[in-house]
Amino acid sequence: MQEQIEIESIRLEKARALVAHLEAGESEDADRVIGELAEVGESGLFQEVGRLTRELHEAINGFLLDSRVSEMTQVDIPDAKERLNYVITMTEQSADRTLTAVEQSMPMVDELEKQAGKLLAEWDKFRSRLLTKDDFRGLSDELAAFLQQTQRHSKSLHDNLSNVLMAQDFQDLTGQIIRRVIELVHDVEEKLVKLVRITGGKLEVRKDLDDPTVLEGPVVPGVEQGDVVTNQDDVDDLLSSLGF
Amino acid sequence: MKILIVDDFSTMRRIIKNLLRDLGFTNTQEADDGTTALPMLQSGNYDFLVSDWNMPGMTGIDLLRAVRADAKLAGLPVLMVTAESKREQIIEAAQAGVNGYVVKPFTAGTLEEKINKIFERVAG
Repeated sequence: MQEQIEIESIRLEKARALVAHLEAGESEDADRVIGELAEVGESGLFQEVGRLTRELHEAINGFLLDSRVSEMTQVDIPDAKERLNYVITMTEQSADRTLTAVEQSMPMVDELEKQAGKLLAEWDKFRSRLLTKDDFRGLSDELAAFLQQTQRHSKSLHDNLSNVLMAQDFQDLTGQIIRRVIELVHDVEEKLVKLVRITGGKLEVRKDLDDPTVLEGPVVPGVEQGDVVTNQDDVDDLLSSLGF
Repeated sequence: MKILIVDDFSTMRRIIKNLLRDLGFTNTQEADDGTTALPMLQSGNYDFLVSDWNMPGMTGIDLLRAVRADAKLAGLPVLMVTAESKREQIIEAAQAGVNGYVVKPFTAGTLEEKINKIFERVAG
């Protein structure tokens, strides 16, 4: 700003000198002043270009020499890939343990339900005095066997439920791992924004959002994914509008 | 009723398999992508296909198109169970001849409803 005011005052001074020379009929002096007048702005422009070039050079060097960038490239990003792979492994193992427990439990529950239904029918007959003495003896044996079976199955079910409980331990660990990766992504984002600013590039909006051949995967709240449905009702509405 | 479940994640195959068993469908087989599934369908006398969309190798939509293009399989009911939720994709699947479309995550109730609907229509 200071520089600009200075240039303006020099120009004004030169212009006044030019008028004075012209009025005095001193054409040689007038030509000289015209030349000087043209130079005033140019030297300022050259200085400015020089300053910008130097700044750009320093900024690029600063970016390249930033040890955090090379550290991120060589250590943090490969680490992050390993960490995320570990998250996949852990969540898969957890799902596996849970599914195994459920698959083992369901037949036991089904068996108990079936057996209980059968005994309940017999018991109702007994209460309505429809059972003979021999029938009752049979029912009594069956009831004893059922109670033993219930005790055994309850113990197994309890073990399976404990397994399901313990299989949730991944949440704490994966949460911590993912949080660290999010921090890294944030760091990388900051560096990239800086780089984009140095090179003067403009950030363009993602173009493939409307490309139907690009698979988006699960809908994630807060992430722009184009024209997506948010639940099964939307899918049903869309399909019924197509005549389904 | 013989059913083929196609998904690249074994966990999801297992979940669907268990849900189908609960619905009374015990004869199920599994494949991890379209390339594995297609020959199984061609030689296996399946009555129903449940498929994911996004899989390495052959995707679910390509499998669906291959099924509809195969004279022997063209009438096979196909239910898509997928996380893909773009409107264009659902329309694409509908145009390719899908019989039902379930978006993940889904409930046991939704799966049952869609399967029942498909069989009602196939029977009727």
